[in-house]
Amino acid sequence: MKEIDELILPDDVRYASDHEWAKPENDLTTIGISDYAQAQLGDIVFVELPQVGANFLKGEQFGTVESVKAVAELYMPVAGEVLFVNKELEESPELLNKAPYSEGWIIRVKASEPAELNALMNKEAYLDMLKGLS
Amino acid sequence: MSDFPGRTGLILDEPLLWEKGSSGRCGFSIPRRDVDPFPIDASIEGEVPDLPELSEVDLVRHYTRLSTWNFGVDTGMYPLGSCTMKYNPKTNERQAALQGFAAAHPLLPQELSQGLLRVMVELERFLAEITGMDAVSLQPSAGAQGELTGMLLIHAYHRSRNRKPSKLLVPDTAHGTNPASAALCGYRPIPVASNDKGILSVESVAEAMDDETAGIMITNPNTLGLFEENLKEIVNLVHARGGLVYGDGANMNAVLGVMDVACTGIDVLHLNLHKTFSTPHGGGGPGAGPVCVRKHLEPFLPVPRVVEADGAYALSDDFPQSIGRLHAFFGNVGVMIKAYSYIRSMGAENLKKASQLAVLNANYIKESLKQTFHLPYDRPCMHECVFTDKHQAVHKVLTLDMAKRLMDYGFHPPTVYFPLVVNGAIMIEPTETESKQDLDLFIASMKAVAREAQENPDLLRQAPTKPKARRMDEAAAARKPCLAE
Amino acid sequence: MRYLPHTAGEIEAMLGVAGVKSMDDLFSTVPENCRRSGDMNLPEPLTEWELNTLMEGLARTMAVAPGFKVYAGAGSYEHFIPHAVSYLLSRSEFVTSYTPYQPEISQGTLQAVYEYQTLVSRLLGMEVANASMYDGASAFAEALLMAARITRRRKVAVSSLIHPHYLRVLRTYFGPSDLEVVEIPRLENGRTNSSGLPETDDLAAVAVQSPNFFGCVEDLALFAEKAREKDALFVVTFTEPLAYGLFRSPGGLGADIVCGEGQSLGISQSFGGPGLGMFATRMKFVRQMPGRLVGKTVDLEGRRGFVLTLATREQHIRREKATSNICTNNSHCALAAAMYMASLGGKAFRELARMNRDKSEYLKGALAKAGLRAPFDSPTFNEFVILAPSGFERIRKMLFESKIVAGLPVVPFFPDLPHHYLFCVTETKTREDIDRLVSEIEALL
Repeated sequence: MKEIDELILPDDVRYASDHEWAKPENDLTTIGISDYAQAQLGDIVFVELPQVGANFLKGEQFGTVESVKAVAELYMPVAGEVLFVNKELEESPELLNKAPYSEGWIIRVKASEPAELNALMNKEAYLDMLKGLS
Repeated sequence: MSDFPGRTGLILDEPLLWEKGSSGRCGFSIPRRDVDPFPIDASIEGEVPDLPELSEVDLVRHYTRLSTWNFGVDTGMYPLGSCTMKYNPKTNERQAALQGFAAAHPLLPQELSQGLLRVMVELERFLAEITGMDAVSLQPSAGAQGELTGMLLIHAYHRSRNRKPSKLLVPDTAHGTNPASAALCGYRPIPVASNDKGILSVESVAEAMDDETAGIMITNPNTLGLFEENLKEIVNLVHARGGLVYGDGANMNAVLGVMDVACTGIDVLHLNLHKTFSTPHGGGGPGAGPVCVRKHLEPFLPVPRVVEADGAYALSDDFPQSIGRLHAFFGNVGVMIKAYSYIRSMGAENLKKASQLAVLNANYIKESLKQTFHLPYDRPCMHECVFTDKHQAVHKVLTLDMAKRLMDYGFHPPTVYFPLVVNGAIMIEPTETESKQDLDLFIASMKAVAREAQENPDLLRQAPTKPKARRMDEAAAARKPCLAE
Repeated sequence: MRYLPHTAGEIEAMLGVAGVKSMDDLFSTVPENCRRSGDMNLPEPLTEWELNTLMEGLARTMAVAPGFKVYAGAGSYEHFIPHAVSYLLSRSEFVTSYTPYQPEISQGTLQAVYEYQTLVSRLLGMEVANASMYDGASAFAEALLMAARITRRRKVAVSSLIHPHYLRVLRTYFGPSDLEVVEIPRLENGRTNSSGLPETDDLAAVAVQSPNFFGCVEDLALFAEKAREKDALFVVTFTEPLAYGLFRSPGGLGADIVCGEGQSLGISQSFGGPGLGMFATRMKFVRQMPGRLVGKTVDLEGRRGFVLTLATREQHIRREKATSNICTNNSHCALAAAMYMASLGGKAFRELARMNRDKSEYLKGALAKAGLRAPFDSPTFNEFVILAPSGFERIRKMLFESKIVAGLPVVPFFPDLPHHYLFCVTETKTREDIDRLVSEIEALL
């Protein structure tokens, strides 16, 4: 169990209220889950990834993450078409625990509404939200 | 530590079946061959099955050793909340094993199976009497299958009135099988929150209930061990809005001889023979989950039903509105025989006493431990009580760690992390078959564990150390499942 | 009462600690409107000895071996169970333990179930088997629900020669949903018509039972191909797993899910239950599989151990999105099956299967000579159908007086087949028994 002040929360990503993060990189938006989410879930054992080419709206479920004792649905922080999925997660789901913002990225999408990124929280707002939760 | 049962072990290692044995060994007495071999077409003949070859001695040593790695009710106290791990009477085993019962083919002519048909009819009557309900089906093989049956009965009832409501209310304290069973029947479970007293309020049910709602599933007493005091008002409300009420009777052990289920208005209830009625859990099953219904649901009960005519018993399929079958035959008859034997051995007075003592035991534990552990609902409980790890969490010791350490003291841990509405829940159900001595030892162990949480928390995080195995790497098991060899 | 240990003094002391004056006060939270008005009206309690007398009397009314010779199958089979198996099964630690959620003190159950999963996988030719379901019928229904989930299709094609009770259970499970069941008709030879599949492209599964209800072995390879042509899953069910000691396994012939009744493997018939729902599939479908699974792992000290795994499929975690609602299963019966298979070993399992078939063929030949021929010209295992002259039902009833149950009438299951009877012979019948059956029938014809 991590304390709030122990959490890793990079400045260069935006956060959704259900703990996904989105980071624009060139023309694509990379999506993953925050350090808080992976700590809450515990050892991650399985990730259900969407098909490449699938289209989702903001807030739509695009996959699931499973630990030994829990399942969490993954919801799109922004709308878009899935162009890449992180196949490494099939062999090594623990990447989500070890490196949730780098090697543990989940999907890369072509955002259909780039403005939606601004509606997400920055690090300070997300941290405030987390403090409110506990 | 030396005064507690968990002291040393006589734990021998034992390999997997195919790691022992030798080709050519056999543990079975092959019956005498007295007919000629009949030719078999090569196109359908298969390989000899790849099953390990062991002698009878190998077999007996193997399973005897494996059994010593298990903790059972016969080993010690097993206070698993909502499981009702009461003593399993041995005479019940004897009755179920009688040749006339154990060797009976289910499709015997009815005139040649009167004994078991009578046992089934009488058991139905007993369960109807105990619950106050009108009719019973013994067919469901487990509580969850009883729940599915109840869902199908409710569905059939609405259909018969040309209604197809799509939702079902499920309290936040419900056992996971409740929403799963509702979903299997095509209902969308709608959660209803319990109030700050830990029970359902009429207001929250009223808010959730609409024309699209088929009804509500209620566990009473609920999984917090509390009696749903607003039950009758809730039932009336649901009925008034066209819904039916399903009762999950898993916790019936608290109210035998006290609660009249029918007069609460509940339309259908399931019972767990492997909980309330003492049949053994067998390492996970088999059990039985009979359903009891009020008159208006009787026409929809599964078939076949045992009927009586001129003093003889027969099986009948002649129930045109029946939901059909849930089992290839009649359900787990072997389990029914055990429950029947239990009820015949106890009688009404002792069954009521069992509930009274179960509730007394739980309250005794609650009062004895509430200074040590955080009690989220400091109210009279029924047959089980729920604590949390809040006081111990300050030492970074969790419910899980305390449960694991309790094993070193010689007890099976209570239910942990359920119900979900309580964080770090520790649900303790002693049952009536634990004596004051055993309870006092359990209480002393729990207090010792709490002390260790404060003074030596790492001991708990490394626990258990005494049983056959230490904590398992569950993440590895789930990431790279190895489920057969 | 010997199961209620409290003395009056203890009760008094405990009431004090609990903070109440009497037992009745413990129920203060039970409102009047939920209470019984009187005591339960149940028979007076029996002593252990009276209970024995009662139950023995009831048991004596049942027509069972050795007094009776019962030649019936149809989903429940009489087989010898070694006493060593019954003895080991009765060990307290197996009988009175719970589901192995705390692996450190349940390694007995966990290793035994892992072994069961392995033996079942090997017998059926599949990659993974679960820790049991209730019975063959519910396992069959769950298999088709699983196929629907995997393929996202709503229609299943099932052989009309699957045990009619299994088909009834399937329809009950499918009842409230929009899932559709189409039956595949049968052929004159007692097998299912592989050309009788519906034309549609939206089949989730094609299912057959082998040996089927008539006891005939189906052409599984052919059906596997038909299923593949339709992109449907191939489901094989069974009521008599002993047959796979002799015939090619369903897994080896292309089955995607294999499920059925395991009662023949060391479990008493017990008037139809508890039995054993056996369920096996391919690893690629494992996350869609219902039921508990035991996996191998290591503990903190690096020692091999076993634990329940992939629990996120199950109801206690996934709730309404679980692969099934099953919680309590038939674990103790799975243990019986594992012990039975372990006691036999591969070669003896084969010999026992062969013996079942040979004795059954012996009866088939003898009945044919007496004029009761088998109308279905397909290979069978230990049960088969014969066509009897009209009036045979009267003979069959008279044979009860001789303590013989001569087969089961097929007409309650298949109304278009009057005078057809399903006979089953297992290793429990001697040649003398079989000869006597035939001569008694002949005498009455």
